[in-house]
Amino acid sequence: MPSDALLRVDGLSTSYGPVEVMHNVSLEIQEGELVAIVGANGAGKTTLLRTISGLHRCHSGKISFAGSDITNSAAHTIVRSGICHVPEGRQVFAPLSVDDNLRLGAYTLRKDSEWVESEMARIYELFPILKEKWQLESGNLSGGQQQMLAIGRALLGHPKLLLLDEPSMGLAPLLVEEIFRIVQELNSKGVTILLVEQNARMALAVADRGYVLETGQIITSAPANELLNDEAVRKAYLGY
Amino acid sequence: MFDQILQFLITGMTTGAIYALVALGFTIIYNASDVVNFAQGEFVMMGAMSTIFLAAGDNGLPIPLAAATSVVLVICVGILLQRFAIAPARGASVVTTIIITIGASIFLRGVALVIWGKDIQAMAHFSGEIPIHIGNATLLPQNLWVMGGTALMVLGVHYFFHHTMQGKAILACSYNRDAANLMGINVGLMMLVAYGLSALLGAMAGILVTPISFTSYDAGVMLGLKGFSAAILGGMGNPMGAVVGGLLLGLIESLAAGLISSGYKDAIGFIILLLVLFIRPSGLMGRRSSDRV
Repeated sequence: MPSDALLRVDGLSTSYGPVEVMHNVSLEIQEGELVAIVGANGAGKTTLLRTISGLHRCHSGKISFAGSDITNSAAHTIVRSGICHVPEGRQVFAPLSVDDNLRLGAYTLRKDSEWVESEMARIYELFPILKEKWQLESGNLSGGQQQMLAIGRALLGHPKLLLLDEPSMGLAPLLVEEIFRIVQELNSKGVTILLVEQNARMALAVADRGYVLETGQIITSAPANELLNDEAVRKAYLGY
Repeated sequence: MFDQILQFLITGMTTGAIYALVALGFTIIYNASDVVNFAQGEFVMMGAMSTIFLAAGDNGLPIPLAAATSVVLVICVGILLQRFAIAPARGASVVTTIIITIGASIFLRGVALVIWGKDIQAMAHFSGEIPIHIGNATLLPQNLWVMGGTALMVLGVHYFFHHTMQGKAILACSYNRDAANLMGINVGLMMLVAYGLSALLGAMAGILVTPISFTSYDAGVMLGLKGFSAAILGGMGNPMGAVVGGLLLGLIESLAAGLISSGYKDAIGFIILLLVLFIRPSGLMGRRSSDRV
């Protein structure tokens, strides 16, 4: 294992109450990579992301990011080190406007108003629909628009690593393609991405590497195209 | 008759302004943490009592300094309340937190009783007691202090929540705690800020109105109830609703006392509250939630 990995998760185990739901999970992400974690509903994908971003505590294991140990740090401090998390189900601040939601994404960087303004302009360029609706309550946006808002909001945190939890969930097929196109575009612009998806086919199609998570354990890890062609993975997660 | 009505309106606006501040305090805490803080009236009482105490005697502080000191003290009480009574019960049901805040209010009243005794206390008017005449109606300079001070604080609160990132960050915590955390917002700290702000509003209300209405260790009970009613009347959770509810409740009470009977003024206020709730359970300006999943 090269030691210069951007994110390194080592032997991570977490529990909900007395029940251990993740067992000895290890993974790493190099800078600039797009890594996908695929697995069935309930495999522990969301828990893994929530543990990395500090929303959930782990009872053993180690998470290091950009060389420093962030295991069990408070979520609001982990953001400052450069991990931005787009949570499952989008979680926009429904009664607040689109613009306010985005600006809250830059909460930790709000002192640098010049950067915030230029980044806001960039996000509005990336998602023209958000610019059109900037004054609207974000709760009134469609699911796809809310997903774009959630991604834009995370980008305003100036991520070194973007965690994406089920960005395609509940979206129409056309929108799913649009979202994955955006994910790919972001990655090609240099954002390192850890993508968690039930839609394994789409996720592996855009990813560099993939991990398969099953009942809280990593069972395989390989370059994404190998996983796409792996018979066991195809049967279990791709359905053909 | 017109002069008389005018007089009732002046009195009503003054009481209403105080109700509005108390209601606003309820709303801020409710919005930030889903807690109905029944110790809100005690903030009012403590603001007034400690100001009187600090300004008393020959070596007493001048009123502005005493007021500023006691506001800071009450803010500390608000923060301690959050930190040691509310925060440990995170995730508890609404009823549990209500019982906690009622307990806190009884405790604070007890402390006030021990420190300041049972007597009704008076505070000097800020700028004299020479009445100002409007037709045959009169108002005291203190009435203007109450209304002006309330207006300033309402505008300040509005500005804070609508035009500053700190204010919006507090709202974000109430809308979605986890997501707020993921934005780098220190949710625990924001809760302390909300309670502190609420305590500040309460203390200011107490200091402004006490020259007119006097105070005592248990003055917070009725003010808390009235402020809570005002918040419900306007629509719980809506800050401007709280202000409108407070002013309306004050006006209704004053008119009821003047035109019908002062003995019934509280009853009439609460009857109107019940009627509004029967017809519009979400309050006058309450919003129906329309979250899209």
